[in-house]
Amino acid sequence: MSGDELRRALPPVGETELTRDLWPAMLCRMEERRVRLTWLDGALAAVAMVWLAVFPETIGVLLYQL
Amino acid sequence: MELLERFARGDVEAFETLFRQYQGDVFGWIVRMVRDRAAAEDLTVETFWRIWRSRARFDPDREFGGWARRVASNVAVDYLKTDRREVALERDWPARAAAGPEIGQAIREAFGRLPARLRAVATLALIEERPYGEIADALGISLAAVKARAFRAARLLRTRLEKMGVRP
Repeated sequence: MSGDELRRALPPVGETELTRDLWPAMLCRMEERRVRLTWLDGALAAVAMVWLAVFPETIGVLLYQL
Repeated sequence: MELLERFARGDVEAFETLFRQYQGDVFGWIVRMVRDRAAAEDLTVETFWRIWRSRARFDPDREFGGWARRVASNVAVDYLKTDRREVALERDWPARAAAGPEIGQAIREAFGRLPARLRAVATLALIEERPYGEIADALGISLAAVKARAFRAARLLRTRLEKMGVRP
């Protein structure tokens, strides 16, 4: 297959100018990632819940500390 | 402090300056590879997101544009691995598909089924006619590897078209 045949079926893109500023989208992406909880946050929360379920008497201590 | 040093230390203003300076080049490179403007915009943001995350590993003595283009190429190849169609160009530039309708469609289908790494090189080398050296730099492979991939892509395309009953 020649390059000409390929380019007839799949013409070069031609216009490759970016028509809008993507910085606002980039900022959204950075902000979105910043507030997302990590798996470690979830794991720590789960451990705390299990701990409080097994030792309910510690709830008072926890509330006192808060 | 130099702009690249400030970026590597996590300065968002420095990153914004680099983003605005290079977003056009990164977008232009990606749109040539994936041939879909909407996807290319998303992938440009993804490229800069990866760049931002790995800023601590960036050596400020290196050239930022080359690094950005290499990251962009990886992002585009990852996208091509999940996207095996070749219809986007007709959607964006409807008047330009000039091959006969049946042969053209067969070529587009066969091309869309090429492995992502071959498709990326074939798009850049055979369709966009970018210099082999530029492709090698962007993909982080040797000149010989670019030539080999372009050759293998053309051979695989020919074989698949013959199986489809099309003799290009």
